[in-house]
Amino acid sequence: MANVLAVTEQRDGALRKSSREVVWAARQLADAMGGAVDALVLGGPGVDAAGAKLGEAGADRVLVAEDAAFARYAPDGYAATVAAVAKAGSYGAVLAAATAAGKDLAPRVAARLDAPLGTDVTGVAFAGGKVAATRPVYAGKAVQQLRFDAPLAVISVRPNTFAPGSAGKPGTASKVPAVLESRVTVREVKAAEQGKLDVAEASVVVSGGRGLRGPEHFALIESLAKAFGGAVGASRAVVDAGWRPHAEQVGQTGKTVSPQLYVAVGISGAIQHLAGMRTAKVIVAINKDKDAPIFQLADYGIVGDLFEIVPKLTEEVAKARAG
Amino acid sequence: MKIAVCIKRVPDTETRIRIGGDGASIDESGVKFVVNPYDEFAIEEALQRKEKAGGGEVVAIALGPDAAQETIRGALAMGADRGVLLKADKVPADALAVARALAAELKDGGWDLVLFGKLAVDDYNHGVGPMTAELLGLPCVTAVVKLELEGGRGVAEREVEGGMEVVEFALPAVLTADKGLNTPRYPALKGIMAAKKKPIEIKPAALGEARVAVTTLALPADRKAGRIVGEGPDAVGELVRLLRTEAKVL
Repeated sequence: MANVLAVTEQRDGALRKSSREVVWAARQLADAMGGAVDALVLGGPGVDAAGAKLGEAGADRVLVAEDAAFARYAPDGYAATVAAVAKAGSYGAVLAAATAAGKDLAPRVAARLDAPLGTDVTGVAFAGGKVAATRPVYAGKAVQQLRFDAPLAVISVRPNTFAPGSAGKPGTASKVPAVLESRVTVREVKAAEQGKLDVAEASVVVSGGRGLRGPEHFALIESLAKAFGGAVGASRAVVDAGWRPHAEQVGQTGKTVSPQLYVAVGISGAIQHLAGMRTAKVIVAINKDKDAPIFQLADYGIVGDLFEIVPKLTEEVAKARAG
Repeated sequence: MKIAVCIKRVPDTETRIRIGGDGASIDESGVKFVVNPYDEFAIEEALQRKEKAGGGEVVAIALGPDAAQETIRGALAMGADRGVLLKADKVPADALAVARALAAELKDGGWDLVLFGKLAVDDYNHGVGPMTAELLGLPCVTAVVKLELEGGRGVAEREVEGGMEVVEFALPAVLTADKGLNTPRYPALKGIMAAKKKPIEIKPAALGEARVAVTTLALPADRKAGRIVGEGPDAVGELVRLLRTEAKVL
């Protein structure tokens, strides 16, 4: 019988949304393995308050590693602590979210535990006595199934993919020692513009491409994104041209996104772009060329001049959301 | 500055993926291979650091089949001094096995910096860099978009959700490069000619046991065919209605 360790993530003492997803993914895997779920919370003084909600989210036990040095992500200390906790229990899998911190943390933990690693997975299973995972590769152009031939696997799960669930019972909480190591130190986190949503986390993404003709016209995309309450994305062409920052790029050399709604404006749909957004629930395309490849993927398309269409759409969406 | 850059041969990002006969890998026939795009940022950074330091060595290391010599040759054409091919018929899906082979090669090399791309655009693994750092016991910062080095210490910035993390470390260190760190140069004709004479050392990769098996590789499920709602701004009303009542996303 093997248990599952779910590594959660907090920012400023508040659990991130992806943490509930990780705990519930761990719950499903642990049920298949006939084991229990331990949720690990790492943070600064008082972070145990955040852990209190994790029983209800699916954890049997909540472990809290509290130290002033853990208030912010501490790559080496977090890795050492997760590895120490994992070694002390009988775990078959360690799960974390494939966020910026999780992507950094999971390989370090796997190396310390001498365990195989599966990153950014969209499904986990237990079959034939082994942990298995599903994950997109080639930026989503293909999907692979992995089998881990080891007693313990380290897995990061893609945010926005696993629905959080509810166990309807509280878990027990206990403290575990924070192992302090710091080969590198996170000195500060410079916040992006107030209220700016990250393209990989937003439930609505409005992306602009070459069709906008110049960086100054991205104000149209920003307004539409604001009307939807979403984030701004960009095609590789406009990022390479220096119109937009790389943080906004969607596609094979940018971000792979899975929002509820993806609106592609003036993007023809290069294969590397389509790979990055094809798992969106609903796709809308606005393009002047009716033969653009983006229309083959879009659920709804409008053919025409984006400079006429987008302002009207912004107005209508704002109205619809207000009413 | 003595800098190692670990690079990977991957299919070009414009490649249309076809599944191979084994159902667990791609059909490589007709596929154009390139250096992993993120590795180009690592190569460029290594070259700039060496130039700034006024001397040193940049070594391009690839793990892969014989054909990965071309990938190394590309790095040499950009300006790297020499190459090492850790030969393996296939790059295993087990990132830790790859990291082990690289760590065995890098160990005791006296490197100031070991650079990687932040991820490989084929298997989408981002684990090899930080795993190699762990095995070597070196400081590591992943997905670096900005880097300052001064007197044996470094400050790197990495993008996190909603901001930038500023990370301090001491050299030697392992860094993985993200897009935005620099603008990779195109190899000049002179560089391409010079690259032909630069040495590439070839030796077997010390991979050990691989404990991650790819059991299947498949194309993603097709999306249901969509429809053109209409033309021009007159179609906006209908689109908003569909988003509201049919797609229920508004």
